[in-house]
Amino acid sequence: MRFEGYRTEGFYDELFQADGVPRSGARVLVERIDSLDRGELKRRQTAAELALLNMGITFTVYSDTSGKERIFPFDILPRIVEAPDWALIETGLKQRIRALNLFLGDVYGEQRILKDKIIPEELVLGGQGYLKACAGIRPVKNVWCHITGTDLVRDNAGKFYVLEDNLRCPSGVSYVLENRLVMKRIFPKVFEAVPIRPVDDYPTRLLEMLHAMAPEGVTSPTVVVLTPGVYNSAYFEHSFLAQQMGVELVEGRDLVVSKNRVYMRTTRGLQRVDVIYRRIDDVFLDPKVFRPDSLLGVPGLMEVYQSGRVTLVNAPGTGIADDKVIYAFVPDLIKYYLSEESVLPNVETFLCWREKEREHVLANLDKLVVKSANESGGYGMLVGPAASEADRSAFAEKIRSNPRNYIAQPTLALSRAPSIIDDHFEGRHVDLRPYILYGDDIYVLPGGLTRVALRRGSLVVNSSQGGGSKDTWVLE
Amino acid sequence: MLSRVAEAIYWMSRHIERAENVARVIDVNFHLNLDLPLNRSDQWEPLVRITDDHPLFQERYDSASGRNVIRFLAFDTDNPNSIISCIEKARENARSVREVISSEMWEHMNTFYLNLKTLTDSGQAMAAPHQFFGDIKRSCHLFAGITDATLSHGEAWHFHRLGCLLERADKTARLVDVKYYILLPDISDVGSPFDNIQWSAVLKSASALEMYRKRWQRITHERVADFLILDRDFPRAVHYCLLRAEYSIHEITDTSPGTFSNPAEKVMGQIRTRLDFTQIEEIVTGGLHEFLTDLKQGLFSAGESIQQTFFEPAGN
Repeated sequence: MRFEGYRTEGFYDELFQADGVPRSGARVLVERIDSLDRGELKRRQTAAELALLNMGITFTVYSDTSGKERIFPFDILPRIVEAPDWALIETGLKQRIRALNLFLGDVYGEQRILKDKIIPEELVLGGQGYLKACAGIRPVKNVWCHITGTDLVRDNAGKFYVLEDNLRCPSGVSYVLENRLVMKRIFPKVFEAVPIRPVDDYPTRLLEMLHAMAPEGVTSPTVVVLTPGVYNSAYFEHSFLAQQMGVELVEGRDLVVSKNRVYMRTTRGLQRVDVIYRRIDDVFLDPKVFRPDSLLGVPGLMEVYQSGRVTLVNAPGTGIADDKVIYAFVPDLIKYYLSEESVLPNVETFLCWREKEREHVLANLDKLVVKSANESGGYGMLVGPAASEADRSAFAEKIRSNPRNYIAQPTLALSRAPSIIDDHFEGRHVDLRPYILYGDDIYVLPGGLTRVALRRGSLVVNSSQGGGSKDTWVLE
Repeated sequence: MLSRVAEAIYWMSRHIERAENVARVIDVNFHLNLDLPLNRSDQWEPLVRITDDHPLFQERYDSASGRNVIRFLAFDTDNPNSIISCIEKARENARSVREVISSEMWEHMNTFYLNLKTLTDSGQAMAAPHQFFGDIKRSCHLFAGITDATLSHGEAWHFHRLGCLLERADKTARLVDVKYYILLPDISDVGSPFDNIQWSAVLKSASALEMYRKRWQRITHERVADFLILDRDFPRAVHYCLLRAEYSIHEITDTSPGTFSNPAEKVMGQIRTRLDFTQIEEIVTGGLHEFLTDLKQGLFSAGESIQQTFFEPAGN
């Protein structure tokens, strides 16, 4: 395979500045690939897929009754981010996370921002992600969103925008680490020649952050990862992170609350747990407080949490900050809490909740992307230009009946990166999800999950919708 | 260690050991049938008795032909003790504790299952049965080796050993019981080449022929029973398994050998002591089958008490 016939087709391309002209950070890689024997790259792609299959980084396709397991599609052509771009991303993300964290502390505390009418009160207090049970809580060191995965996109001019904030239980970081492992096997020579920033110390950073979040008075905390169990689609990640940190991976049934403490059941009796990196949703955490039918959670957990005897990471209630309606206000939050302008801009967003903007959305459904406020994974959205007339009118009905639940954004010409399609390269649209840890300070992992929409022309990068992933190389 | 994790490791190892035993027994029987006179060949039914699954077998198959027995023991996903079922469960167990075991263990278990499933689904397995069952055995041994070399010999490893050794002790006891019962009535055959072949096959079924030869040279049914039950050094002998299982359980609880702090240690100590101070002649005089029935019952109770002592949710 050669890059000879590769065309950028007028899109911003992550590896090529023009047809046949690689960007400076991509030159070594492009030359290396062009020098490979015919069929060699395809062989390496196959080897990478086999490695991922053997590592068990797979998911089961539920509609397939044979129970055949598939790997998440992985494209071995990396996405490269050069140092100046990364510096901007890092500064912008730190600023954004700091503001969102202050926002969370505020809306569950004094509610200054509501009193000052920066955001309409009803949007916050009436939001699906706002948990009344969390009002008045002051988490350890006032950190709410310990782990964030922010989705960034790039437009035709190469400018970065924030597309979505994910402050609940963002997943995908294990793919960043495993993809890198596989890539080092595939392109060892490129790694020798190009200053690619390592991502391997993420588990260490994560563990440090979790330790820093120990309840007051606990000096050597017991940290656990709480998973819904082996049938969850992100189970691999839960077990991977627990393994890499060397902590226990527990399920709800392994934990028990007794005398206002959380314990795990071990072969030697009960052992106290201090910090829980929980990978189950807020409403499943404690059947006594939230959904009574939850079998995943731990009865009584919230009471212990409220009294500060156990730390939950992320703090329950963070969902309100990644509500897609609240998203539209993040630049205002940054100004309000930090007195700064946003470093990373939002994508222009219309709130269907506002009558005027709703009319604009309804009149322009064929040009816009409509999203519901609290869904993820590419569900509950309409890509106007690609949708049928019938889909659009069905969506218009949904918007009219529940305007608070919908936002719309212009369809961006997302940047593309070359990807292996059969036996040649074609450009495919990508986004970027960096991971941010908030402990004693804020840390942005120099890398991230580049998701790629493998269907030609598609803008939806979610794995449930035919998306795959790429390794992300951040250069020194 | 979490109770759930200990339980998953214990069962992971039990299932792998079970699969290996089934593969070995089928493989040996294949070869045995080739050596037997035609009118005596095709003895497949006893294999189903070794695993104690003959009621399920009779329900699902009309005759105990080689084809049916092999399908049942190796590939039948409705038989919870078939090779494919065992490896599938072992892999699910491994998946649920992959953060505790080494990634080498997990990757081997995962590839083992994926390959087995491909071979089973495509029907290729029976094209070269010796190769196939040999591969199963090797994969199980490899797993044991990887576990030994990559997992710290701490609590997790001891639970792995417990599962593996109890399963092995049980399977060896059953093998001896079934074979003794089937082979012995033919008094006229005693000492004939045919007899020798049969008893060699019993030993081979426990991978014991060569080690037996070194210990006793001549094959007699009593010595075979002696070796498989009472030998202290042969790793598939019941006595060996109990000595090592007992060692592991004491490592887990930190209780001194010869004492007990829970029902599991007590039961194991009792069975082991019985084997310590007995001779094969006494066993045969008292009735081998009765002795083995007791032994199997004891092993079952040991398993039950391990379950209650370590895995049942404590506290609350």
